[in-house]
Amino acid sequence: MNRLRRILGSDLLWSFTRSPGAMIAATVAFGLCLCALFAPLIAPQNPFDLASLDLMDARDPPVWLSGGDHRFLLGSDSQGRDILSAIFFGARISIGVSLASVALALVIGVSLGLVAGYFGGRVEAIVMRAADVQLTFPAILTALLINGAARAVLGPGRVAGSEFWVLVISIGLSFWVQYARTVRASTLVERHKDYVAAARLIGASAPRIMFTHVLPNVLGPVLVIATINLALAIITEATLSFLGVGLPPSQPSLGTLVRTGNDYLMSGEWWIVFFPGVALAALALSVNIIGDWLRDALNPRLR
Amino acid sequence: MSRAILSVQNARRLFDVSKPWLERRLSGEGRRYVHAVEEISLDILAGETLGLVGESGSGKSTLGRMTVGLLAPTAGHIAFEGGEVAEAARAGRLQMIFQDPFASLNPRWKVVDIVGEPLLARGGGGDVKQRVAELLTLVGLSPVDGEKYPHEFSGGQRQRIAIARAIAGEPDFIVADEPTSALDVSVQAQILNLLRDLQRRLGLTMLFITHNLAVIRHMADRVGVMYLGRLVEIAPTRELFAAPRHPYTRMLIEAIPDPHAPKRDRAPISGEIPSPIDPPPGCAFHPRCPLAFDRCRRELPKLIGGVACHAVDEVEPRTASPGG
Repeated sequence: MNRLRRILGSDLLWSFTRSPGAMIAATVAFGLCLCALFAPLIAPQNPFDLASLDLMDARDPPVWLSGGDHRFLLGSDSQGRDILSAIFFGARISIGVSLASVALALVIGVSLGLVAGYFGGRVEAIVMRAADVQLTFPAILTALLINGAARAVLGPGRVAGSEFWVLVISIGLSFWVQYARTVRASTLVERHKDYVAAARLIGASAPRIMFTHVLPNVLGPVLVIATINLALAIITEATLSFLGVGLPPSQPSLGTLVRTGNDYLMSGEWWIVFFPGVALAALALSVNIIGDWLRDALNPRLR
Repeated sequence: MSRAILSVQNARRLFDVSKPWLERRLSGEGRRYVHAVEEISLDILAGETLGLVGESGSGKSTLGRMTVGLLAPTAGHIAFEGGEVAEAARAGRLQMIFQDPFASLNPRWKVVDIVGEPLLARGGGGDVKQRVAELLTLVGLSPVDGEKYPHEFSGGQRQRIAIARAIAGEPDFIVADEPTSALDVSVQAQILNLLRDLQRRLGLTMLFITHNLAVIRHMADRVGVMYLGRLVEIAPTRELFAAPRHPYTRMLIEAIPDPHAPKRDRAPISGEIPSPIDPPPGCAFHPRCPLAFDRCRRELPKLIGGVACHAVDEVEPRTASPGG
């Protein structure tokens, strides 16, 4: 009750109700997340259920065009799959991959940043040089590299079914640097503050000081980066899937849908690529806008 | 005379402020060190308050941090009741009150967790909440303040919280590092009286660090005067203020405004404290000293009979009134 009142009375909510952009973005993102979460319940068709697909329904245009079928609001693809249902299920996978990979990057980056900042010296030099080296490669290239390596290690037979986790690991490992750098910088400031000295004085262990004293004080900027990275992860996943190293067509993410639909663009069946593309753009954009708003709202100098 | 609870023997502390390795190679420069504390020996007696005064950069905070084990001496030894300082710190017998109450309390923690942490660290168990409430009452706050966060308090109240945390683990020895210099003048006295009151009630030994002579006069039983990392004079408070012997102590006391003689001619403290990276040869104070002679520039004075000064050694101007 008390906590609820604190949230309702907070500056953050106040700032939220005064930025229409953030409110629209939050509505869009929340709506898409709900569709993704409840896809099996609300989607008109299960695109994974091959028995329900009929090739006779293939390439139907959206319902408002001539030749449209009322069963396929946004049209159907070359397999007779409902585009709207495919978008719901695709968003489910896209959001799942990005959440899991950002969580992975967060855990790796925050831990390494804390350790580097708190201990300094050689540990810091090794971690931060590794981060610098990785930063010279674009994230998508790192993800491609890790993806390729994982596939080579697993072998083609075993990759099937584990694409999801291969994607999560490759995106997660390409995003940790930003967290590590941010957390290290804040930790360098925090570890010289007297509350850390007071904790050391009573014999608190280094992990205890790092995770219970320092971590809560360095987490603010990290959450902002995480939100913005969520959008980036959605895009990266889509890019990888579009390039064909992501999820297979049998388990399509939004990126996979765009890739398969891309082949029909020239033959006039624009809806197969257009609607998944719009959904992808709306998702990434709205998450990004929320991240930007959060960054401004949490920055005391901009208040 | 009571026994020494903490004894510092020839403690030194250097801080490495060298440039990075590559830059040193290119410019042919050696390593550089700040000599924060140099060859200090002193005993702190059980139950007393030892004051430590000196200008900024004189090494008093470094010495304070060494006595509770937050910094290790580069050379020399510090013993707490004959044992290791680190050992005593782990047992919760040493505590510290910091200068800035805005940095010494974790802003993300509730007061009850901040004050209760030393209790939990010692495996206190029992009713930590109950004990924290008692402690908060003891330092003049309300038990319900435990549920608040530090930012909800004023500087003076925060310092009270810091004091509550310091005494929570029932330590024997507390270092107070300029506990009032970040506070408004109006609340300084309250905090000082609270500290003195608690010290008497709990039988604490205290090392009280400040640059404010009026504060030290109010708080300390004995006073040590530091200059550029060295102890230049140590004496019982009354004696030190009545008859300061070291020329530096005399300059410091001279500089106290006297409400009874506001127009009195006072010799101001001249010059700056030299760099602790390259302390002057001989007595570190000689560039500013009115009594300096040849020997002061060559030879480091030893602490003899509570004062480290060649001029005092040779003529013992103990009876000379301050400022002549």
